[in-house]
Amino acid sequence: MTAQEMPMPTLAPRTRRPPNWLEAWLGHDVYRTVKGLVTNPMSVAGMILLGLFIFIAAAAPMLAPPLPNADPYNIPRDGYGDVPKSPGTEWKSRQPPLPFWWKAVTGKDQWVHLMGTASGQWDIYYGVIWGTRTALFAGLTITLCGVLIGVTIGTLSAFYGGWVDMVFMRITDLFMAFPFLLTAMTLSAVLTPRLGKGLLAPMIALIVFSWTGFARLLRSDILSLREREYVLAARVIGVKDTRIMFRHILPNAIFPTLVLASMRIGSYAITFAGLSFMGIGAEVGFADWGQLLSFARDWMTQLREYWYIVMYPGVTLVLFVLSWNLVGDALRDVLDPRMQGSR
Amino acid sequence: MINYIIRRLAMVPFLLIGVTVLIFLMLMALTPVERTALYVRDVPRNERVLEGIIKKYGLDQPWYVQYWRWMFGSTVTTTENGVTTVEHVGGILRGDLGYSRTASQPVAELLARRFPASLELTLYSVVPVIAGGILLGVIGAVKHNKPTDHIVRIFGIVGWSFPDFVFGLLLLMAFYAGTGWFPPGRVSDWANKIIMSPEFNNYTNLITIDALLNLRIDIFLDALRHMVLPVITLAYLWWALTLRVTRSSMLETLRQDYITTARAKGLSERTVIRQHALPNALMPVVTLAGGTVVGLLSGVMIIETVYNYPGMGAAAVRAASQLDVITVLAFVLFNGLILVMANVVVDILYAYVDPRVRLD
Repeated sequence: MTAQEMPMPTLAPRTRRPPNWLEAWLGHDVYRTVKGLVTNPMSVAGMILLGLFIFIAAAAPMLAPPLPNADPYNIPRDGYGDVPKSPGTEWKSRQPPLPFWWKAVTGKDQWVHLMGTASGQWDIYYGVIWGTRTALFAGLTITLCGVLIGVTIGTLSAFYGGWVDMVFMRITDLFMAFPFLLTAMTLSAVLTPRLGKGLLAPMIALIVFSWTGFARLLRSDILSLREREYVLAARVIGVKDTRIMFRHILPNAIFPTLVLASMRIGSYAITFAGLSFMGIGAEVGFADWGQLLSFARDWMTQLREYWYIVMYPGVTLVLFVLSWNLVGDALRDVLDPRMQGSR
Repeated sequence: MINYIIRRLAMVPFLLIGVTVLIFLMLMALTPVERTALYVRDVPRNERVLEGIIKKYGLDQPWYVQYWRWMFGSTVTTTENGVTTVEHVGGILRGDLGYSRTASQPVAELLARRFPASLELTLYSVVPVIAGGILLGVIGAVKHNKPTDHIVRIFGIVGWSFPDFVFGLLLLMAFYAGTGWFPPGRVSDWANKIIMSPEFNNYTNLITIDALLNLRIDIFLDALRHMVLPVITLAYLWWALTLRVTRSSMLETLRQDYITTARAKGLSERTVIRQHALPNALMPVVTLAGGTVVGLLSGVMIIETVYNYPGMGAAAVRAASQLDVITVLAFVLFNGLILVMANVVVDILYAYVDPRVRLD
C-alpha cells in the first residue's frame, strides 16, 4: 500500500473548546509556550527565582543603601583589617546609612555586617546585593550582543549562500577553533589598559567569542526551513526574497536560537564571574560575585572558619544561574517538537 | 571517506594559521613597551634597556614581519673577537617555541611538564563523566516522568548551574579545610621530593602511571588522593550534558516501532533496553564524548587554579593575565591544534558508528 492509497485519517470533529480570550490574543503557539512554562513546576521555580533577582537588583539602594556621595558599585569597607569578620559583627567605621526596614525589624540603630566581611573588610552583604545588578547586566549584555552578531551572520550566510556562506562559515570555524577561556582571558588582559579596569574589557572579550553557536544554529534552521512548502508557496505567488526571509522564514527559525540564548545567559554569568575570580575584570572592591569569591583564595586552609566568604556569594551565583537554566530548560521542552505529547 | 578525511586534514593548517594570525594581531594591539614590560622588572624602568630590547627583537616592526619571524625564526649575525657567527634562532616551525617568562623556563619544557598533568586529570575524569552521565540519562528515560526522573533532572540541572570554582571552593571547604582528607595540589611534598630525585624514573610524566612503574604504591595513592576533588568537580559539572543528551535520545528511541515490536515479542524490559534501545540511543553521545574530552582538556583552567594543580591551565592563566606574549601564543597554538584535531576525529568516528551519516 503506497502513501497515496492510505486512507486519510478522518479528522475528528473539533471537540476542543474554542480558544479562550488569552489564546485568541496571544495566538496559539505563544499561548502553548506560555502555558507550558507556567504549568511546569521547574520553570515556575526558575521564574520565581528570576523575579527575586530582578527585584533585588531593582531594590538594591533600599536593601543596601550606599555611602552618600560614593559610587554605589564600590563595596563600602569597614576599616582595613586583614582578618574576615563573621556575620552579625557591628559596623565600626564609615557605616553606610541604615536601610529603613532595619529598625522596624530589629529595633536597633546599629547596622551590622549581615553576611560578614571578606579580607580587607569589604562587606559581603553589600557586594551580594549590588553584585546582582552586575551579574544581570553582564549576562544579558553579553548574550544579547552575541545573539545579534550570530543572527546577522547566520541570516546573511543562509540568505546569500554561495561564497558569502562559505566565507562566513569558515570565519565561524576559525572562531570556534580558539581555546575559549584562554583567548577571552588574553583579550581582556589586552583590552584592560585601553578601556580601563572595569566590566567592559571582559564583556567585550566574551562577546567576541560568543556568537558562533548562534550563527551556526540559525543558519542550519533557516536552510531547512527554506525548503518547506509554505516558502515555496510564497515564492510561487511572487513574494520578494527579502520579505520571504524576514517575514516567513526568520520568525519561524529564530526560536531554537532564542532558547539557546536563554540557556547561555547563565553560562556567560559563570564565565564572567570566573574571569573576575581569576583577577581579570573590575577593580578590587567592585560589587561583583566572582570578585567576592576570589577573596576566599587567601584563606584556603581556614575556609571552615571563614565559610561565609564562599557560601553567600557562591550560593547566590548558583541560584542565579539555576534560575536561567530552569527557565531555558523548560522553554526548550515546550518548543522542541520531538518532545511534544511526551509530557 | 578517505577523500573527506584528507580534505578535513588539509583544512587544519589553514585554521591554525588563521587562529595564530588573529591572536597575533590581538597581541600586537599592545605597544612594544607593554610587551617588553615583563622583561624589565627594575623600577624606575630604564628607558635605554627597554629601547635596546625592542630594537634587538624588532618589536617595533610591522606585525607580519614579526609573525614571520615567530613562525620561521630569524638569522642573527654576531661579531665577537673578530669572528662573525651566523646563527638561526627561533621559529616555531623549527621547533623553537620560545622562552616563557612567567614560568621561567622554555615553553617546550613547560608544555612537556604541564600537559601530562592536565592530561592525567582529564583521563581520570572522562570515565566517570561519560559513564555516570549515560547511566543517569538512561535511568531518567526509563523512569520517564516518574519521581526518579525528576530527581535525576534536578540533580543534573543544579550541577550544570554550578560554576566550577564555586563547587571547587565548597569541596575544599568541606574536605580540605574541614577534614584534611583531600589536599589541593598534585602530590604531597614528600612525594614530590621522591619524584624529583634521580632514583625515580619519569616514563610518562603521568604520576599515577610512573608511580606504578616505579613500584611506589604510596606515591600512586598520594596522587590519586589529590585527584579526588578535581575529578568529582569535573564529573558533577559535566554530568548534566551527557545526561540530557542520553535521556532525550533514549526517550526518542523508546518511542520507535522496533522497540514496540521487541516488547511485543515478549522480550524482557531489561533486554529491550540494553540490547535494542541503548546501542542506538548512544549515537549522539559519541559526538558529545569527543567534545567532552576536548572541553575537559581545555576547560580545566579554572579548576586547576582553584585546586592549585600544576597543569597547563594554571600556567595559561598566569601567562594570559601577565600578558606573556610568547607563552600565550604557544598555548593558543597547542590548544587550537588539539581542538581542531579532536573535531576531525569526532566527525570521522561518528560516520563509522552511525551508518546513516554520509560524509561527502
